[in-house]
Amino acid sequence: MSAEEPLFDPSLKKRKKKAVAFTEDPLGAEADPTAPAPETIDNTTTSGEAVDLGPTTAHEQMKMNGEGGDEDFKAMFGDLKKKKKKKEIPMDFGDGDSGTSTPTIIGAAPAITEDLDFSDIKKKKKKSKKAALDMEAFEKELSGSKSKSAADDDEDVEIEHNPNLDIDDADLENDPFAQPDVPVGVDSGSEPWLSSDRDYVYPELLSRFYSLLHAANPALLSSSSQKRYTIAPPSIHREGNKRSVFANVTDICKKMHRQPEHVIQFLFAEMGTTGSVDGAGRLVIKGRFQQKQVENVLRRYIGVSTSLSISPCKIYIPPPVEYVACKTCKSMDTLLTKENRIFFMSCESCGSRRSVNAIKSGFQAQVGKRSKNRAA
Amino acid sequence: MSVQNLNSVDPFAEEEILQGTENVGSSSEYIHIRIQQRNGRKTLTTLQGLPKQYDPKKLLKAFKKEFACNGTLVDDDKMGQVIQLQGDQRLKIASFLTDNGIEKATIKVHGF
Repeated sequence: MSAEEPLFDPSLKKRKKKAVAFTEDPLGAEADPTAPAPETIDNTTTSGEAVDLGPTTAHEQMKMNGEGGDEDFKAMFGDLKKKKKKKEIPMDFGDGDSGTSTPTIIGAAPAITEDLDFSDIKKKKKKSKKAALDMEAFEKELSGSKSKSAADDDEDVEIEHNPNLDIDDADLENDPFAQPDVPVGVDSGSEPWLSSDRDYVYPELLSRFYSLLHAANPALLSSSSQKRYTIAPPSIHREGNKRSVFANVTDICKKMHRQPEHVIQFLFAEMGTTGSVDGAGRLVIKGRFQQKQVENVLRRYIGVSTSLSISPCKIYIPPPVEYVACKTCKSMDTLLTKENRIFFMSCESCGSRRSVNAIKSGFQAQVGKRSKNRAA
Repeated sequence: MSVQNLNSVDPFAEEEILQGTENVGSSSEYIHIRIQQRNGRKTLTTLQGLPKQYDPKKLLKAFKKEFACNGTLVDDDKMGQVIQLQGDQRLKIASFLTDNGIEKATIKVHGF
């Protein structure tokens, strides 16, 4: 997304278009596996983010197309008409083909061609009045590629959007042809309701949405199925004989968006020890602790439901309190605020807000020499 | 009026009774099982927040016999009576309690 924004400049339009066109196909191919198996929870969270992002890109692209259209209007007009006619022609030729292809599209990246679709619609409306110049040539092409009729048309349309880029056009054409039929079918998926007057069906729109989503921000694609929340493992090393040093507390706290004091308090209460923070921001814990043990405690602080790794018996140990993970949407994107001595955790992604138990350190048994305790 | 007043006394009493019973057996009162490090590889396990209807002395005796460890009953100012056992007996305690009819949800196991 961030990369696309700088491309907003009109001078860079062409590049952007190229990039979009190239990325779309691979994205579409990748989108197939993810689309058919939507995990409701993950997708909702991702969709929330994605909803925001998608339209912005669409707008940008709309603008881009509009600008491009203004400049290249004259050049575009002929092309646009061609598109329209192409669509009609292929439909006539290959109704059977298109009919078969559309149902298979399901997983589809129809959304991939979204930007293009928008522009197409505009152009159609504006330019449908003017007569097509190169109809014959297009028809020839179409006849040549009858077998792939619907998909080819879409690709042609895409190409036409970049009228100035002949070389690129050639490349683009080659790519789709070279690619297997699957993406082609995908492309044609966006067609059915565009070319005909029938209303679009829900699944079509849904698949279109997801593919557009993934095309707009590929970051979601890789992580959408399993959004991993990763934290660097705590680095623990021994200091002397009886103390452990937790070196990257501050880093971990930053990653979790929590006050180090809160985290440290929890650690001490859970592990039944005491300690201090040294000058370098490292936490010195009294007692011998291994990385795995501290990691377990941190896990419970975050609230990922895990049973103790030690457990030989099959007891499910309920995660006591969860200070990071949102209970409603499982997102880790939460903030902890203190109001009137009560901690509230508000989720950034779903907006839920709930109070969180205060950390209580339990009974501390007498350990070590009593005489020392009395002195202190 | 007088009759109503007399009647009104009863509901209050019932409420108090109800509240009292709820607090004793409520799930908000957890049984905390904690661990504490001693010197070397030694550890202590403490059990805190045992519901009133259980006799801590008898429970301690049962624990000691079952887990083959020693232990004591510690009187704490804030926490009340706390059972203290030698060694890491957390999971054993948890399974023992659940086997003897205490709900899992009321047991909290702390520690690393």
